[in-house]
Amino acid sequence: MNRYLIGRVGQALLVLWGAYSITYFILYLLPGDTLSIMLSASGMEVDSLSPQELAKAQAYYGLDKGVFEQYFSLLWNALHGDFGQSLSLNRPVNELLLQRLPQTLALAGLAIVLSLIGGIGLAYLTAYTQWRPLKVALSRLPSLGFSVPVFWLGLLLIQVFAFSLGWFPATGSRGFDSLILPAVTLAIPSAAVYAQVLQRGFQGVWQEPYIATAYAKGLNRSQVQARHAFKNAALPILTLIGLQVGNTVSGAVLVETIFARNGVGRLAQEAVLRQDIPVVLAIVAVSAAAFVLVNLIVDLLYPYLDPRIAHTPKVS
Amino acid sequence: MSSPLIDIRQLAVSYRSAGQVTEAVKNLSLSVAQGETVAIVGESGSGKSTLANAILGLLPERAAITAGELHVEGVNFGQASEWQKRNLRGRTIGLVPQDPMVSLNPTLRIGRQIGEALILAHGRRYAGVDADIVELLEQVGLDKPVLRARQYPHELSGGMRQRVLIAIALAGNPRLIIADEPTSALDVTVQRKILDHLQQLVAQRGISLLIITHDLGMATDRADRIVVMKQGELVEESTPRQILQAPQHDYTRALLAAAPAFGTRRKPRQHDDAKRPPILSLHNVGKVFTLPKVKGEDNHFTALQNLSLQVYPGQTLAIVGESGSGKSTALRIALGLEKPSQGRVQFEQQDITHLSWREFRPLRQRIQLVQQNPFAALDPRFSIFDSIVEPLVSFGLLKGEALEQAARELITRVHLPVSYLDRLPRELSGGQRQRVAIARALALKPDLLLLDEPVSALDVSVQAQILDLLLELQRELGIAYVLVSHDLAVVANVADQVLVLRNGRVVEQGSVQEVFEHPAEDYTRELIAAIPGQRLALAS
Amino acid sequence: MNTDTRLSSLSAAAPPMVSPWRRRGRLQRVASAVLPLLRRPGFSLALLIVLFALASALVPQLLSSFDPYATSPADKLTAPNLLHWFGTDEVGRDLYTRVVYGSSLSVQAALLAVGIALVGGLGFGVLSGFAGGRIDAVIMRIVDVLLALPGLLLALAIVTAIGFGTVPVAIAVGVGIIPGFARTTRAEVLRVKTLPYVEAARLGGASWGRTLLRHVLPNAWGPVAVLATLDFGAAILATAGLSFLGFGAAPPAAEWGTLIANGRHFLITAPWVSLLPGLFVVAVVFSLNHIARTFEENSR
Repeated sequence: MNRYLIGRVGQALLVLWGAYSITYFILYLLPGDTLSIMLSASGMEVDSLSPQELAKAQAYYGLDKGVFEQYFSLLWNALHGDFGQSLSLNRPVNELLLQRLPQTLALAGLAIVLSLIGGIGLAYLTAYTQWRPLKVALSRLPSLGFSVPVFWLGLLLIQVFAFSLGWFPATGSRGFDSLILPAVTLAIPSAAVYAQVLQRGFQGVWQEPYIATAYAKGLNRSQVQARHAFKNAALPILTLIGLQVGNTVSGAVLVETIFARNGVGRLAQEAVLRQDIPVVLAIVAVSAAAFVLVNLIVDLLYPYLDPRIAHTPKVS
Repeated sequence: MSSPLIDIRQLAVSYRSAGQVTEAVKNLSLSVAQGETVAIVGESGSGKSTLANAILGLLPERAAITAGELHVEGVNFGQASEWQKRNLRGRTIGLVPQDPMVSLNPTLRIGRQIGEALILAHGRRYAGVDADIVELLEQVGLDKPVLRARQYPHELSGGMRQRVLIAIALAGNPRLIIADEPTSALDVTVQRKILDHLQQLVAQRGISLLIITHDLGMATDRADRIVVMKQGELVEESTPRQILQAPQHDYTRALLAAAPAFGTRRKPRQHDDAKRPPILSLHNVGKVFTLPKVKGEDNHFTALQNLSLQVYPGQTLAIVGESGSGKSTALRIALGLEKPSQGRVQFEQQDITHLSWREFRPLRQRIQLVQQNPFAALDPRFSIFDSIVEPLVSFGLLKGEALEQAARELITRVHLPVSYLDRLPRELSGGQRQRVAIARALALKPDLLLLDEPVSALDVSVQAQILDLLLELQRELGIAYVLVSHDLAVVANVADQVLVLRNGRVVEQGSVQEVFEHPAEDYTRELIAAIPGQRLALAS
Repeated sequence: MNTDTRLSSLSAAAPPMVSPWRRRGRLQRVASAVLPLLRRPGFSLALLIVLFALASALVPQLLSSFDPYATSPADKLTAPNLLHWFGTDEVGRDLYTRVVYGSSLSVQAALLAVGIALVGGLGFGVLSGFAGGRIDAVIMRIVDVLLALPGLLLALAIVTAIGFGTVPVAIAVGVGIIPGFARTTRAEVLRVKTLPYVEAARLGGASWGRTLLRHVLPNAWGPVAVLATLDFGAAILATAGLSFLGFGAAPPAAEWGTLIANGRHFLITAPWVSLLPGLFVVAVVFSLNHIARTFEENSR
């Protein structure tokens, strides 16, 4: 078991390193002139500087070093939690991150809980009803959930629940009230995915021979669904949760922008607008780390839910 | 207890799909008394599974009883409510499902699954349920019952899982057990033990047994009464002895003739080919697979050890073994798909043991393979014409008009109409697809044909047709065959030489006559004894 | 391979059959599979909507008589009526026209994104599945790494580096879709590769090239085609999201995301400015999903 654990952790670290490197490549090496981007992010014009000032700027941004030296120094600092300085806000990046992170975590956390309840509930209900028209309608619902742009849905919800009905505040980061609408908005696409996968899972499991065995024992439909169908159909959900972290983070950027919340998502949007490279790099790196961590936990938990998966290979 | 347990009168069951109505069961009348063992024999499409589902009250949504009456312990199923039917399931009628590998919930422990049935029968959870579970597991013949109860299905072998399913069926103390195709999924010797045990338990408790099967031989061994079904109708009903000695209906006669155990064995041919060299020979071939390293376990798996065989031109060598015996590995080594760890493979005079794929390719024109599963052997997007001529096209041997002529000849040789050349595989039955696969294998005019379980996926009557075709082709074309099978009965009618494998080792080897009439090893004797359909024949 | 000419000589040479068999070419088989679908009202409606969106991408001038850039301050922020089907925005431009013209930018962006994903994803997936071994392991690691970067954030990084605009957005979205494609293609190739008929073809002397082109690819493309349709919808949503955030084409260009972003400021007084373009987007993407699902259900 220990060997497997070490192996998986090593793999996760490898993936994280790869993600950081690709992002570094995109941000530092892809642009034609990284220096002018950084200068304009700091509010200065390339043309207005003398050659000595340009050279000083290059040294300041660390751009005068060779590619590998630059990369390694950035990586080394990042491993120690130092992501450099924000170009546009002139503050250490990790200070910015720490300030904004709790908001985003609260939002993401509530959204994940809501999406699981919504998605699983919808799928269970779809499998349980036997009335064809309702069943068909419910099974089309997740597809609708995928088709809706998250930002548009947010605006719609603001229009209905904040302006027309006045139940919740439209924007702002204060209080639990202001968390509800954004969390619901963020939850819906993920809920649609869970519902879709679980619906398919139920459909597939219902054809399995062990369901017939369960019926033959004399169980009724709801007992068969609860005790035999659900657990087997829901197995893929755990892996999905891991994968959905990425979607949740992406959605957070949009949702925080619409609802004007002070989270990491909106920080990302502002940073891109101002081409603030160190901040963008830091945010992407932290998100990748979150993704990798959650998926690692999921991987390790999996055998407890599906006894067929063992961490030691068996001889067949 | 004079009224029968199951009373069926002129029953009709139909399926509705996309506006069409198909009658699965027509005008069936049958009764099963307490303590009887009745076998329902039929091929696919005979309606026997529909009948079993109707008795259980588990007909799917789109099926319904459209005429006649079905009474189970006095309850009329045509009018009964779901609640009434559910009450009978488990408590009056038990089911032993067909495939033990997929009939248990993979995420629940064995003990819980059996306990569920016990609790249902009792009405609610009771104190002694754990003890009852262990006792039941003992009764069905599982060793270490306390351990097994805590295990999951995937930790048990197929035979053990089948025993667990029997335990579940017995848990409710039923008066009738339906056994669905009990001879399909497991090895013959394992199956025999389990069925013997089941019959013992059933006799002890006075339970009726309803066996659904396609295997007439097994039915004659074990049933008090046999019912033969064809396309939804009951065509014959009588005792096993009567069926063997005086079958009334043509279909029954056809089934008897097709059943390998009862079919007449062809006379052994006279061969004076001690002078002709073998076309294929294996010398001391061994194969060891390396497995992923697991602490405390050997990471080598010996699939074959010391295998030597010769195949003579125009003759058939049969390799017989149960699952895990290594017979498929032997075939793959002969084809060059695997390299042996020891030993040599020789084709005619050439040593082909270590040829690369490219070097082997010219030989492919002389050695061909017919695979086991006809349903996956043909590319679903290729027309039959394309499939049959593909080897010729791959080697660039023929083009245009000559290619079409070859296709016509090949398809006629396997007795399929020329018009089939334009069809797609999904429009053909299993037997027809296997014929196409044989035609494709013959396209390059091979001298040696390897056949991996060529008939095990087919219905009994179709099996006989394909085997006859193979014999005919051998007579006409002089091809040598290596036939791999787990079914000794199939082999007896087709082979000249037999080789019995067990766990990678050769147990017995020799001509068909020698092996069947004077088996030297106990294992061979066990295999021969396990061929269904012999008990009556031997007793009379 | 023209089977028709060959089969005609077959029917001439064969003895007269009792029931004549029908010759069906490949096109006819496809048509006979698709036509019954058109009878379903849902499918036909979805197809119509998608065709409308494609038409507005290619020939928007045929679908609206207004000029998308013509401002008319007197008519600003009018609610939907018979003249202005979607109402007008804050400078009096007809919103329906803006949506139709916005199609061309948004649909083009989505097509480019899916194109990039197809080329990259299919290439990686086929290579990975077919070659196996080390190559497979390396490619799958790269895919894992790409998956660890959330789609929108990866797109944000790319846009930061190469600038704003429709094409950069499309490239960014396309790269983000590649992992999904690669995985699906690889899974399908692996599944087909081990099927008996592929082995039979190899044993019949077929080269790897022939096996790949004639057997593996044609049988593996089904789920990939479904995924491509689904991802086309997802690409539309992603590119709209990026332009909503302000990274798309500069105003007065009428990309769908920009339209919705624009209307944010007037949400209380004139909600239709944001909501109606969004509704159009939902309709198009939902129709694409419906078409993809119908094909998937039918091929089972």
